[in-house]
Amino acid sequence: MSVLVLAEHDGKQIKKATRQAITAAGAWNTPIHLVVLGHGVDTVAADAAAIAGVSEVIRVDAESLQYPLAEDVAALLLELAPKYQVILAANSAAAKNALPRVAALLDVAMISDVITITAPATYVRPTYAGSVLTTVESIDALQVLTVRATSFEAACNSAPVSIVSHAAQAAHSQARFVSATHTVSDRPELASARVVITGGRPLETRFDAILNPLAAQLNAAIGATRAAVDAGYAPNDLQVGQTGTVVAPELYIAAGVSGAAQHLAGMKDSKVIVAINLDPDAAIFQVADFGLVADLFEAVPALTAALVAE
Amino acid sequence: MKVLVAVKRVVDYNIRPRIKADGSDVDIAGVKMSINPFDEIAVEEALRLKERGVVTEIVAVTIGTAACQDVLRHALAMGADRVILLESDLELQPLGVAKLLKAVVDKEQPGLVILGKQAIDDDAGQTGQMLSALMNAGQGAFASSITVADGEAVVVREVDGGTETVALQLPAVITADLRLNEPRFVKLPNLMMAKKKSIETIFAADLGVDAAPRLKLLKAAEPAERKAGIKVANVAELVSKLREAGVIG
Repeated sequence: MSVLVLAEHDGKQIKKATRQAITAAGAWNTPIHLVVLGHGVDTVAADAAAIAGVSEVIRVDAESLQYPLAEDVAALLLELAPKYQVILAANSAAAKNALPRVAALLDVAMISDVITITAPATYVRPTYAGSVLTTVESIDALQVLTVRATSFEAACNSAPVSIVSHAAQAAHSQARFVSATHTVSDRPELASARVVITGGRPLETRFDAILNPLAAQLNAAIGATRAAVDAGYAPNDLQVGQTGTVVAPELYIAAGVSGAAQHLAGMKDSKVIVAINLDPDAAIFQVADFGLVADLFEAVPALTAALVAE
Repeated sequence: MKVLVAVKRVVDYNIRPRIKADGSDVDIAGVKMSINPFDEIAVEEALRLKERGVVTEIVAVTIGTAACQDVLRHALAMGADRVILLESDLELQPLGVAKLLKAVVDKEQPGLVILGKQAIDDDAGQTGQMLSALMNAGQGAFASSITVADGEAVVVREVDGGTETVALQLPAVITADLRLNEPRFVKLPNLMMAKKKSIETIFAADLGVDAAPRLKLLKAAEPAERKAGIKVANVAELVSKLREAGVIG
């Protein structure tokens, strides 16, 4: 029996989060198969085949999988499931959508956003917005889970393994893809960036003007608090926190962020946290390694200028 | 069209949870409980669909002990037409909840089921997708917009890096993202009126559904506290500290 990992890719290469999920899959000490689905995914499959720890790549290439729907991904994984003891993916929006559907079709529990695999069916996962770490043991024969990518190292490359093709099934009759919009950005991806700069509501309409130069200087991704997103200063997919993206970069700079529990849930595993806030009593200072009590409209440009001058 | 909305009673989002002394679970005795915020958004969306003339009846359902009546009263006060308490003493997990909700769907035959995208206590984010699978229906998870027309629900979904729009044949299952709407405030007279309405009670045990937990809770613990660091006096000191820490070049 083996572990099946559902891969995510951008059409060219496998995402870092999937490489981190492969490391998590190593906990079972059994062969790891990586399933790559999409349309025109030969390059991606080749990238997948070179990841250390993977022993086989299953390529599923079909026009209907250009924008994979959860209904179709779940049907495919259900078909592959009998050969596996574990089905696993990084806890992305796509996996959060598809894997519970697979688990229900297989009549097994699902374990979401695992941060530690302590034994083959025992997991630690955060609950209550990260205020509680819960250890659970699954009694099911087949394990279906998502892992928090940032809790695991990314697998690197080694000699390529074989790629096998698998036919896609007919598309689900009850759902169809209509369209997609993507936020265009030349910044690194939020979930895997080495540096993240997050802005809160005080930035108002100057959100981009203040944060972009610093982000460019540090090659950082930009994040936002729920308040900043709700107020329309930043798009929703930049939200960091319990209900947004969870990040754990080497450097996290929070500008005008008060530090609500729901926000801390998404960033408190960052290596170094910097807080810039006018309010010396803001909760963010309780988790910040370096706090600067200052007006962010002066401090952030000054920090940018100081780094440019180097 | 009838819409079924599933709501959950959870520890209020403002409360920092305490863990029992023996580390066996979170201690919720005497703690303020509320309707899960995402479920409140689901109820609000059902109300808006009714106000737009798409929906004729809103049925809210919850699963748990008699204490869960308060979240049903909240749904009634918001404007739900009917509420069902699926009474159960079991420790409820998403798969069991999805199976019990499927039994309610079979009985009520709604055109649409709306749930929150996740409960803020277990943070699982699974129930809607599981219910959809059991119904063999289409799913619109993490919805920020819902339009119903011609036997289809067109759902804009919040995904990593943008949005995605899907069209689902009815009946379908949709889970609400924060962006879907701003729930209305409950007015006191509505709350008083809701107290007088009846709550239909079904005993989960009578449904013949295996909703037993599949995950054994071994331990609940607090995460390691992150130590507060230092305050720096100015930007220059911040830059030198970051260089010492090796996080900037």
